[in-house]
Amino acid sequence: MTGLAVGTLRAASTPPATLPATGVEHVAWLLLVFPLAGAAILLLGGKRTNAWGHLVGVAMPVAAFCVGVAMFVQMLGQPASDRVRSMTIYQWVIVSRFRVPMGIRIDPLSICFVLLITGVGSLIHIFAVGYMSHDPERRRFFGYMNLFVAAMLLLVIANNYLGLYAGWEGVGLASYLLIGFWQYKPAAAVAAKKAFIANRVGDVGLSLAIMLMFTTFGSVTFSGVFHEAPKASHEVITAIGLLLLLGACGKSAQVPLQSWLLDAMEGPTPVSALIHAATMVTAGVYLIVRSGPIFNLSPGARLAVAIVGAVTLLFGAIIGCAKDDIKKALAGSTMSQIGYMMLAAGLGPAGYVFAIAHLLAHGFFKAGMFLGAGSVKHEMNDEVDMRRFGGLDKIMPVTFVTFLLGYLAIIGVPPLSGFFTKDPIIDAAFAKGGTSGALLGTAALLGAGITAFYMTRVMFMTFAGERRWEADQHPHEVPPVMTSPMVVLAIGSVAAGGFLILGNRLLNFLGPITGVPPTSHGIWTKAGLAALVLVAVGMVIAWALYGRRPVPATAPAGNPVTVAARKDLYGDAVNESLLMRPGQWLTRLSVFFDNKGIDALVNTVAATFGGTSGRMRRVENGFVRSYALSMLVGAVLLVGALLLVKL
Amino acid sequence: MTGSVAAITHTIAAPSIEWSLLSPLVLVFAAATVGVLVEAFAPRDLRRALHIAISLGGLAGAFVLTIVVAHSHIFAGGKPGVVAAVGAVAVDKPTLFIQGTILVLAFVSVLLIAESSHDAFAAQAAAVPGSAAEREGLLAGLTHTEVYPLTLFSVGGMLLFPAANDLLTMFIALEVLSLPLYLLCGLARRRRLLSQEAAMKYFLLGAFSSAFFLFGVAMLYGYSGSVQLAAIATAAQSGVGSATLLYAGIALLGIGLLFKIGAIPFANWKPDVYQGSPTPVTALMASCTLVSAFGALLRVFYVAFGQLTWDWRPVMWGVAILTMLVGSIVAITQTDVKRLLAYSSIAQAGYVLTGVIAANTAGLSGSMFYLAAYGIATIGAFAIVTLVRDQTGEAAHLSSWAGLGKRSPLVAGLFALFLITFAGIPLTSGFTSKFAVFRAAIQGGALPLVIIGVISSAILAFPYVRVIVLMFFSDPAPDGPVVVRPSGFTSAAVAVGAAATLVLGIIPQPLLNIANHAASHLFVR
Amino acid sequence: MGHYVPILILAALATVFAVFSIIAGALAGPKRWNRAKLESYECGIEPTRQPAGIRFPVKYYLTAMLFIIFDIEIIFLYPWAVYFDKLGVFGLVEMVTFIATVLVAYVYVWRRGGLEWD
Repeated sequence: MTGLAVGTLRAASTPPATLPATGVEHVAWLLLVFPLAGAAILLLGGKRTNAWGHLVGVAMPVAAFCVGVAMFVQMLGQPASDRVRSMTIYQWVIVSRFRVPMGIRIDPLSICFVLLITGVGSLIHIFAVGYMSHDPERRRFFGYMNLFVAAMLLLVIANNYLGLYAGWEGVGLASYLLIGFWQYKPAAAVAAKKAFIANRVGDVGLSLAIMLMFTTFGSVTFSGVFHEAPKASHEVITAIGLLLLLGACGKSAQVPLQSWLLDAMEGPTPVSALIHAATMVTAGVYLIVRSGPIFNLSPGARLAVAIVGAVTLLFGAIIGCAKDDIKKALAGSTMSQIGYMMLAAGLGPAGYVFAIAHLLAHGFFKAGMFLGAGSVKHEMNDEVDMRRFGGLDKIMPVTFVTFLLGYLAIIGVPPLSGFFTKDPIIDAAFAKGGTSGALLGTAALLGAGITAFYMTRVMFMTFAGERRWEADQHPHEVPPVMTSPMVVLAIGSVAAGGFLILGNRLLNFLGPITGVPPTSHGIWTKAGLAALVLVAVGMVIAWALYGRRPVPATAPAGNPVTVAARKDLYGDAVNESLLMRPGQWLTRLSVFFDNKGIDALVNTVAATFGGTSGRMRRVENGFVRSYALSMLVGAVLLVGALLLVKL
Repeated sequence: MTGSVAAITHTIAAPSIEWSLLSPLVLVFAAATVGVLVEAFAPRDLRRALHIAISLGGLAGAFVLTIVVAHSHIFAGGKPGVVAAVGAVAVDKPTLFIQGTILVLAFVSVLLIAESSHDAFAAQAAAVPGSAAEREGLLAGLTHTEVYPLTLFSVGGMLLFPAANDLLTMFIALEVLSLPLYLLCGLARRRRLLSQEAAMKYFLLGAFSSAFFLFGVAMLYGYSGSVQLAAIATAAQSGVGSATLLYAGIALLGIGLLFKIGAIPFANWKPDVYQGSPTPVTALMASCTLVSAFGALLRVFYVAFGQLTWDWRPVMWGVAILTMLVGSIVAITQTDVKRLLAYSSIAQAGYVLTGVIAANTAGLSGSMFYLAAYGIATIGAFAIVTLVRDQTGEAAHLSSWAGLGKRSPLVAGLFALFLITFAGIPLTSGFTSKFAVFRAAIQGGALPLVIIGVISSAILAFPYVRVIVLMFFSDPAPDGPVVVRPSGFTSAAVAVGAAATLVLGIIPQPLLNIANHAASHLFVR
Repeated sequence: MGHYVPILILAALATVFAVFSIIAGALAGPKRWNRAKLESYECGIEPTRQPAGIRFPVKYYLTAMLFIIFDIEIIFLYPWAVYFDKLGVFGLVEMVTFIATVLVAYVYVWRRGGLEWD
C-alpha cells in the first residue's frame, strides 16, 4: 500500500484550481461532434446509408475513444494539481445576471467516464454489427446508439448543471427510443413509455435542484456552485441533495423509481448492455459523486443516499433470484450493483472512489455478461427463459468462458474485479460506525451472499445441466464480430478491479477531485472475509437447488418470497397506487372538468343565486350563455378579490 | 384624443402626427385598404396573386420600417422611447420588439393562409351550409379572398394594441383587431356549422369582454380624470380619490385583457373557437393575437398600475395558477388535436403570466422571448394540422393520427418536435423560454408560482407524449388520413417554425440579447 | 346630493305609474281571450310562419348600415367645417383621407353587388 501518497492527498484538503484547456483538450468538443455526426448521417441519410451505415456507427464511438485516450495520456503527464481543465465553447444563456457558458470540463472524474462510455460503447457497437445483422432497421439502431453516446458524453463532460441536464434528458430520449426500438411489440412500446415516465419523475427532482442552486448560489456551473456551497444554509444544501437524489433514483433505477429497468429489457440486448448496465443507469452515481462538495456538507442527504443504495441492493438481488428471464435476472443484478455504488457514494469521501471503481469494473463484467446473454438469445431464436436453456457450455465455449469470468467477477471471487471493488464498499460501510454503519454494512454483506446465489443460479440454468431446448433450436457459437468484444470485456472483468485498486491507482487519480477515505482499507479485511464465506454459502445453496437436480421446464409455485420477487417485489403495484391511481383520478377529474366542470362550477354558483342555471340549460344552445356566465362569475370574483386585497 | 375637450373653447391647433414613427402601422393599414380595392376591381383570377403580394409585401415592409424606426429614432437618440400622435401612441423599445414579433408571426401565418393546394376558406360564407347555393359556389371554384385584407386589418389592430398609450386608443385597437377575426373564424371551408358557431361564440363573448374593458376605462377615468396611462399612474401614486373606483377599474380592465390572452376563468371560448376556425386563422390567433394581447397587458400593468404591483399581484397569482393548472389538466383528456393545442395555449398563457407577475425587466424580457418562441412554434404545429387530411378535410380526431410516424416520418417527427418544445424539453425554444420566465418569477419572489408552473408543465407533458406515442408506436388505421403534399407556402411556414424552435433552443442568446435590450428600460411613460 | 332629489322623485313616480297601470289593467279589465289577442303583435293580420332554412333578405340592414356610416361621416364633417380655417391643410388632408377610406368600403360594397336590389 502506498500509504505515503494517500497521506499527502489527505493533507491537501483544497480542491485543485480550474485551469484553461491545453493541448489536445482544445478539441474535446470532438467527443460530442463525432457521435452526433454519426447520428445525423444515419438518421437523416435515410435508406441510402443502409449499406454502410453500421460502419459509420461503429467508427464514430471509436474515433471518440481515440480522442478520450489522447486526453487521458496527456492528463497523466500533468501534475495532479493541474488536471482540472475547463473550456467554454460559447455563452449558452445570458439573461442579465444569469450566465450559463456551454462549456466542457475535463478532469480525472470525467475522463474515467469518457473512457468507459467510448471504450465499452465501441465494443458494444462492434457486437451489435453482428447481433443486429438480420434486422432491416439496423441503420436506425446505430443512429440512436450514436445519439445516446453523444448525449451521455455531454452529461459527463459538461462543466455546469444545465449542460448535464441537457445530456441527462438526451440519454433519456435515446433510452426511450431504443427500448421501444421494436415498437411493433406492444410490450416494448409500453416499456418505453414506462421508462420515460419514471424518468420524468426523477427529472423534476433534478430540475428543481438546479433551480434551487441558481437561486441560492447565483450560478449553475460546477466551480461556481461548489465555491459558494459552504456559505449556504444547511437546510438548503440538504434540500438540494435530496432533490439530486430523486433525479439519481429515476435515472439509476433506485427504489422507489426502480420498476422501469426490468421492463426496459424489451430493448435489443446491446442496448441493455450499454445503456441499462454499463453507462446510462450509472449516471445517477456520477451525479452524486460529481456533486460531492454539496453532499459533503449534508450528512442527512448522504445518509439518504446510502439508505436508498442499501435498500436497492437487497431489492434488486431478491428480484434477481426469482427471474427466469435471463435478461431480467441480469437487470435485477444491475439494480443491485448500482445500489452498492449508491451506498458507497452515500458514505461521502470515504466511498466516492470505491463507487467509481465498482462502477468501472461493473461496466466491464455486466456489459460482458449482457453480451453473453445476447449471444445466447441470438442463437436460441430469441428465447430468454432460462428454464429452456441448459447445457450450452460445450456448444458456445467462448460465450461460456467469458460469461463465467464475468460471473466470477461479479460475485467477488479473488482475484477478479468484483473482489477488489465490492469488498472495500462493504468494509467502508462498516467503518462508518454507529448503528447506521452496522445496518448498511450488514445489508451490503447480505447482498454479496444473495448475489452469489442468483448469479450461480443463472450459470447453472443457462450453461450446465441437460439440454431443455425445443427441437427447432440449433445453437452454435456466434461469429467473431460478436465474440471478440466479449473477450475484451472478459479481460476487463478479470483485471480491471485489481488494476484500479492495487497500488491505489484510482485513489491517487481521483483523490484530488473526490477526496480520499479517512482510513485505508487493506486487501483482506474482516468484512471481505465474511463476504467470501457468504458467497460460498450462496453458491452452495444455488448448486443444491439448480446444479444437483434437474431444472423443471415450468416454474414451480414457489414460496411467498419467490412469488413476490417474480412480481418485481410489487414495484408495479406500488407505482400503480402511488403514481397511476392518482393519475387516473386526475384524468377522471379532468373528464369531469371537460364535460361539466366549468359549466358545473358555473351552475353551482348560479344555483345559489336562485337556480337560474336550470332554466338556462334548457335553452337550446346554452353553451355561450354558460361561458358568459362563467366569465361573469370570474369577473365578480376578480373584482371582489382585488377590492378585498386593498380595502 | 384627450385633453382637447377643454381646448376647444379657446383655440384649436392642428395636432402633430409623427408619421415616420407610425409608418409601420400606416403601411399595414394602407396595404389592407389597397386589398379592399383589389377585391373591388381586380379580376377574379388575379385577385389571389395580388393579395398575396400585397399582404406579404406590406408585412415585410412594415417589419423593415419597424427596424428603421428602432434604429433611427430610438437607438440613435439613446432614448428608451417616445410618445407620438399627441400622446395616443407610445413608440418604445418593448413595443417595437413586440410589433416586430407580431409582424414576423403574421408573415408566417399569411403563408399558411395563402396555401392553395387545399383551400381552408369557404366558397361562399353567406350560403346556408349544405344548401344548393353552397354547392354552386364550390363547383364554381369560388373562395373568399377577403381573408387577406381582413387579416391585414386585424394585424394593424394588433400592432396598435400594445402601442396604445391611452385607454381609448387601446379600446379602438382592441376592436380593430377583434372584428376581422370574428369574421375570419366563420370562414372555414369544411365543417361550416362548427365554424359559424365558433365565430358567433367568439363574437358574443368578445363583445362581452369589451364591455368589461370599457367599463374599466370609465372607472379609471372617473378615478383619475384621464385615460392616459401615465396620468392614471400619477393619480394612483398620489393616492387621492376613491380607491374603490381605482381597484374596480383595474379589475375590469384586466378582465378585458385576460379574455384576449385566454386566462382562466375567461378562456372557455378558446377551445371552441380554435377548433371551429379555419386552421390558418387559428394559427394567426394563437400566435399574433396572443403576443399583441400580452403586449397590451404588460403595458397597462407595468405603466398604469406599476406603482400598485403589491395590490394586483395576489389576484394575478390566482389567475396564473388557475390558468396553468386547468389548462394542463383539461388538456389530458382532449381527443381533438386543435382542442388539445387550444388547452395547451391556455396553459402557455399561464406560464407567460408568471413572467408578467414578476414585474421587473427580467419578467418583461422573458415574457417577450417566450411569446416570440411560442408563437413561431405554434404556427408550425397548426401548419402540420392542415396537412393531415382525410375525406372530411383535416383529420382532427387524434385517433386518426395513430401510426402517422410510419406513414410520414418527417411530418410526424416535426409535429413531435413542436410538442416537445411545448413541453419544455431542453435544446428546444420551449425550455429556454420557460427557463427565462420562471427565473424572472423567482427573482420577483414568486417561487410557489414557479413550482406550480413546473408541476403544470409536467402534467402537460403527458398529453404531448401520448400523441407522440400514438404517432410512432401505434399501428396506422387502414383508412387513416393521408399527409398531403403542401405547396411552398406551408412548407416554408413549417420550416421556419422548426428552424426557429431548434435555433432558439440551442443558440437563444442573440434573441435573448435583443429582448433584454428591449426590456432594459421597461415601457416609456 | 340635494340636487338629485327631484330626479329621484321623478324616477320613483315613473316606476310607480308603470307598475300601477299594469296591475290596474290586469285587475280591472275584462278578460275575454281569443287567438288574435294572444299573438305577439295584436294588429289584426295573422302572421305567417317562415319556412325553415330560408332566410330574410339583408338589404334593409345593408341600407341601414350604410346610412349609419354616412351619418357618422357627417358628424365628423361638421366640426371640421366649423374649424376649417384653424385646422388648415392638415385638416384638409386628414378629412380627405377619412372620406377616401370610407369610400373604399363603399366601392367594395358597390362592386360586389351589395347595392343591387334583386
